[in-house]
Amino acid sequence: MATVSLKKLTKRYGNMEIVHGIDLEIADREFIALVGPSGCGKSTTLRMIAGLEDISGGNIDIGGRTVNDLPPRSRNISMVFQSYALYPHMTVRENLGFSLKIAGAAKDDMDRRVAEASAILGLDELLERRPSQLSGGQRQRVAMGRAIVRDPDVFLFDEPLSNLDAKLRTQMRTEIKKLHAKVKSTVIYVTHDQVEAMTLADRIVIMRSGYIEQVGTPDEVFSRPATRFVAGFIGSPPMNLHEATVSDGRLVFSGGDSLPLPGQFNSKTAAGDKVVFGIRPDDFYPTGHGLSSGGEAEVHRIELPVSITEPLGNETLVFAEFNGTDWVSRMLNPKPLKAGDRIGMSFDLSRAHLFSAETGKSLRN
Amino acid sequence: MDENASARLTRRALTVAHRVSLFLAMLVICLPGIWIVLSSLRPTVEIMAKPPVWIPQEVSLDAYIAMFSGIGKGGIPVLDYFRNSLIISVTSTVIAVAIGMAGGYAFARYRFRGKSGMFLGLMLTRTVPGIALSLPLFFLYVRLGIIDTHIGMILAYVALNVPFTIWLIDGFFRQVPKDLAEAAQIDGCTRWQAFWQVEFPLARPGIASAAIFAFLTCWNEFALASQLTRSVNSKTLPVGLLDYTAEFTIDWRGMCALAVVMIIPALTLTYIVQKHLVGGLTSGAVKG
Repeated sequence: MATVSLKKLTKRYGNMEIVHGIDLEIADREFIALVGPSGCGKSTTLRMIAGLEDISGGNIDIGGRTVNDLPPRSRNISMVFQSYALYPHMTVRENLGFSLKIAGAAKDDMDRRVAEASAILGLDELLERRPSQLSGGQRQRVAMGRAIVRDPDVFLFDEPLSNLDAKLRTQMRTEIKKLHAKVKSTVIYVTHDQVEAMTLADRIVIMRSGYIEQVGTPDEVFSRPATRFVAGFIGSPPMNLHEATVSDGRLVFSGGDSLPLPGQFNSKTAAGDKVVFGIRPDDFYPTGHGLSSGGEAEVHRIELPVSITEPLGNETLVFAEFNGTDWVSRMLNPKPLKAGDRIGMSFDLSRAHLFSAETGKSLRN
Repeated sequence: MDENASARLTRRALTVAHRVSLFLAMLVICLPGIWIVLSSLRPTVEIMAKPPVWIPQEVSLDAYIAMFSGIGKGGIPVLDYFRNSLIISVTSTVIAVAIGMAGGYAFARYRFRGKSGMFLGLMLTRTVPGIALSLPLFFLYVRLGIIDTHIGMILAYVALNVPFTIWLIDGFFRQVPKDLAEAAQIDGCTRWQAFWQVEFPLARPGIASAAIFAFLTCWNEFALASQLTRSVNSKTLPVGLLDYTAEFTIDWRGMCALAVVMIIPALTLTYIVQKHLVGGLTSGAVKG
């Protein structure tokens, strides 16, 4: 059993608090992604779990054991670094077996476990090479192999794919997912890339400025963002977010344009409330070119001028001008459009979001 | 002649010119050394001749034989000097490198109050000419009673070398990514093991160069040694060279022979250590 439990975990450097007493329960064999912009405290949190940073307050339990003051080696974890951190003076084989050597494992046990790890990751051909003779993707695999060999309770990944090019990143992402299916350990994965988080994790923890904004499954954080920040962070292209005021059952935007107040928010708002209206590009589309949500009654149609288009092959991102700014929409089964064309656009208001302008919290719940 | 043939010819001519100029440059660099070796093998008349005699007429090992012949037969206590030089140089090098490793590591890895000031202070000590310190040092040593002792010389040389070894080793530890020591700790190492298993092997070229520099500084140092040593108890080889000067004469041949005896261990050591000087070992550790 390797549950990980963080209670009121705090990190301070001098007078500056970086992580503000976060709480998080991670189940055994769960794949958790910590995601957020740079400086949000996600890497610091990971390094505190690893024991590479002292904690300033709170508690860390791994597998039911409090590890607050234990050195990294006593926590039975392994970590894959963003920089890979392979030992350059050792061959791949020695890199993989280093932790076993330090632990004083028997030679044949060591050989067997190195062979197992190298088979899982396809490193057999590379065992006698040094890290300098490997490509980026191969180094990444060796770094993961070094983590597997230890058979740890918890795997920690610190932005492991950010140094790879886009194609290799997609490929390694799949490998990490397969790896988790094989080794079935608890994984804590730090990334700033929301696509990695969405595709890999069982649950996503979205952090901002040392606080947890939301914890949820990929579907939850995408469909029911708890805050305006989460709504803007998750999803690509990002959600359209615009400030508005509630007035007579309508949302009036600063430029004077307005939309009907989505029905689900009728009881949750009062006239004069300042809110932030959010709609994903998938729910705002050229009429006839979107995903139907089934809530036809809530679709609001309007004719808008196109300001720019970004064709992606199977779909086109259409930037339509509304309330004086560009709103991005996703056009499925695209047809050619050019700037200045006026087209019918649909707002699927049943899937729209409202956040409090003051607190940023979702008004859905 | 077609274009390719003429390009080929130009390239060959350039290669030849390149090699000839390299040879001339090396000749200029090596000439003093060669001259010392030649002078140790021929009589003073020939050494002092004007115009100079380039090709030795009479070659003999007399100077070397005399050097080891003992007092009274033109010999000097060369074995004592050699022993002193070796003890003083090796001990002070080992101490200076040990302190340099500890200090260099601290400067490279840790943040502490007054760090840059301390580092600057260490560097400033190098701006004081050693000879300017010899008189104060002499008085101090006399009071302490460590004049003409190994320990006195070792202390002086450690102080001379430590700023340099710290500076050099600091630079090499900075090149070893911090992630490596952290990865080693996650892999089960203590802080101490992580240092010896991972960081030390990667900084070894730097530590080896610091060691060579420290050793050669001690081995060749004359100014301080000539003030702080008195007898065969502690006189080092460079000071021993003075034994060949008398009131009215200088035995140039003997002096050159002793110089050759001094050069050989230094060359041998440099040769042995240079294989550790292979740089670029850290490549491939991290992204790149």
